[in-house]
Amino acid sequence: MQKSLHLDPAKCTGCLQCEMACSYEKLGEFNPSRSVIKVFTFHEEGRFAPYTCTQCDEAWCLRACPVDAITMDMSTGAKIVIDDKCVGCKVCTISCPFGTINYVQETGKVAKCDLCGGDPECAKACPTEAITYIDANATGYDRMKAFAEKSLPSANTSA
Amino acid sequence: MSWTRKVLRVNLTEGTCTPEPLNMEWANNYLGQRGLATKYLVEETDPNVDPLSPENIFIMATGPLTGTMASTAGRYSCITKSPLTGAIACSNSGGFIGNEFKNAGLDMIIFEGKAASPVYLYIENDLAELKPADDLWGKSAWEADEMLHAKHQDPNLKIAVVGRPAEEGCLYAAVMNDLHRAAGRSGVGTVMASKNLKAVAVRGTKGVKGLENPDEFMKTVTDGKKVLADNAVTGEGLPAYGTQVLMNVINGVGGLPARNMRDVGFEGAENISGEAMHEPRTSDGKPNLTTNGACFGCTIACGRISTIDQTHFSVKDKPQYHGASGGLEYEAAWSLGADTGVDDLDALTYVQFVCNEDGIDPISLGCTIAAAMELFEDGKIDLAETGGIDLRFGSAEALIAVTEGVIAGTPFGKIIGMGSKRVCEKYGAPELSMSVKGQEFPAYDPRGIQGIGLAYATSNRGACHLRGYTIASEILGIPVKTEQTESDGKPELVKAFQDATALVDSAGLCIFTTFAWGMEDIAPQIDAACEGDWSVDKCLEAGERIWNMERQYNNAAGFTSDDDTLPKRLLKEAIKSGPTKGQVNRLGEMLPIYYEVRGWTPEGVPTTETLERLNLS
Repeated sequence: MQKSLHLDPAKCTGCLQCEMACSYEKLGEFNPSRSVIKVFTFHEEGRFAPYTCTQCDEAWCLRACPVDAITMDMSTGAKIVIDDKCVGCKVCTISCPFGTINYVQETGKVAKCDLCGGDPECAKACPTEAITYIDANATGYDRMKAFAEKSLPSANTSA
Repeated sequence: MSWTRKVLRVNLTEGTCTPEPLNMEWANNYLGQRGLATKYLVEETDPNVDPLSPENIFIMATGPLTGTMASTAGRYSCITKSPLTGAIACSNSGGFIGNEFKNAGLDMIIFEGKAASPVYLYIENDLAELKPADDLWGKSAWEADEMLHAKHQDPNLKIAVVGRPAEEGCLYAAVMNDLHRAAGRSGVGTVMASKNLKAVAVRGTKGVKGLENPDEFMKTVTDGKKVLADNAVTGEGLPAYGTQVLMNVINGVGGLPARNMRDVGFEGAENISGEAMHEPRTSDGKPNLTTNGACFGCTIACGRISTIDQTHFSVKDKPQYHGASGGLEYEAAWSLGADTGVDDLDALTYVQFVCNEDGIDPISLGCTIAAAMELFEDGKIDLAETGGIDLRFGSAEALIAVTEGVIAGTPFGKIIGMGSKRVCEKYGAPELSMSVKGQEFPAYDPRGIQGIGLAYATSNRGACHLRGYTIASEILGIPVKTEQTESDGKPELVKAFQDATALVDSAGLCIFTTFAWGMEDIAPQIDAACEGDWSVDKCLEAGERIWNMERQYNNAAGFTSDDDTLPKRLLKEAIKSGPTKGQVNRLGEMLPIYYEVRGWTPEGVPTTETLERLNLS
């Protein structure tokens, strides 16, 4: 079964545990500036939103890479950057519609989410289940369930 | 390690920024943040220094856990000598800037001297420089924050900044960071502004690394987070209602002071409670609370993000306050609300917004206005003095008018900016200042809750709930329930809370974790991160050492046991009604025992044996 990261901004508190978990897994240090999952704060709206690569099936980054440095992890479906091949040309960062693959000046290469080989640290670190790793076919089911609940006769009438 | 082992020393007089190694011998005795920065202050300044002179130093300090994945580990503190109290000042703040300091490779920044004209400190990893801030001077904290982000074109820049009242000498000005988090108490912002230092803007991308035992650390922090999640207070109450979960609880047990502590019990408490913040308003159908928000690394997320009804009189012509921003915490809701007799939730939220916007401690502000209201009702202040403000208890209009006056620097606003002690002395009724060592009370009545009275009287920074939160035990039963109106056993309880708190404040963690965490949860996290032995016993000893060091500083600054007291009202005027009717605070019974338990003389001075035991001699 293929799984996907499922992001629910309504549950996010903006604590950045996910960013620390991500950087610790990849670099062995707590460094939110190097995390490939990012939490954005919308102060005026009072909202927080985590965002990262959605792992497109037809991945623009993979297709754009001139040196075949981006490949698919067949076990997870993640598009992963092979550091030894990446030349830092940044074409993938231009091609990605979501901005979720980025150049890293400290390494001279690009970085993106690789789903941690199928056990994403961000999801494990999230204290509010704003980030979960679930059946790729079921990412809409929690919202579907919420609407299903609204359709229940007992919840819909004032007895 | 977990310390970066680097201190940035900024001489504002000379205009220099010089890195130096952290004193690791001190770090091994005082851990970090509150304890370690106080050690630097004690070693480098005369306790009798004028707090607002260039000779006072101002320190921003992180703890060894700041910037790590331990829950709540994003804290930093501002340490200096307080202009409000003349005692040691240490104000702790969350938000995100503490982590940014750490990621820039800094344990602390020490500011010396005074700049010739306004400056701000810009830090980008190893780069640190003072830059002119003439354009920022005279601007609110929010405006200055926005201008700095625009100037550096960096949305990730983290900023600590003072507002206009700090520049004008308001004695309880805060240092704001991340728009709505504050190093709030004791006037640390006033000291920062007195040095012509408007802001610190920092960007750090170096990573926090070098933990002593990484695998053990990750295991202990994961265990710790589970304890927080499973606890009723940190896992349910605080996320849902914030600290405002306390308003109805404290009122219900006869512990909520009202109207400058003239009364205990506030009839409007429900209207300004955490529960009320969830209720949809009749006017616009939306609740005051928009969402809860977390500080860096915090898995509790008690922060309130609120929105004011756009038609409310306080903001109807002010669209800049129509968006969401940092809302009411319990202490502010009490001081601005119950203590002034105002139960208009949106009015209090507006005052909270402007306190954040311009960097004012809402506890001292609310209590000073409450004292002025009593002076006004007693005929000691008249309309001519207030500039036409009808300063009566219960008036939201008066609360707002005075607050705006403090920010605008009106003649009466400047008087209110001096704090309740000076205001009440000025108008001939010093007994009406509800303060200890010149700092105003938080939201728990020492008559209805005995231990907190002793904690206020002996707090090293003046009246404060965060120096020994015995409410946890006396009301909430954490870690064990003690009877709130009982004074027996409270000296031991107060000491235990004070020592543990001093350690937590020195680690980079938030004190709210201690609703769920004991030292047996905290010490292993410190021990796994830091070199050396940080067992439970060593942590508690370090906490006691820090407390005694602060006490010695205050004693050297001229404080005596006479200052370990409460206003006469709390010692003599019994509570008139409610569950705690008839109670006064029995400080006279508790204080001598407290000194004994502390290993101090009957005059409140640590004995030679105590100093030797704590390696302080």
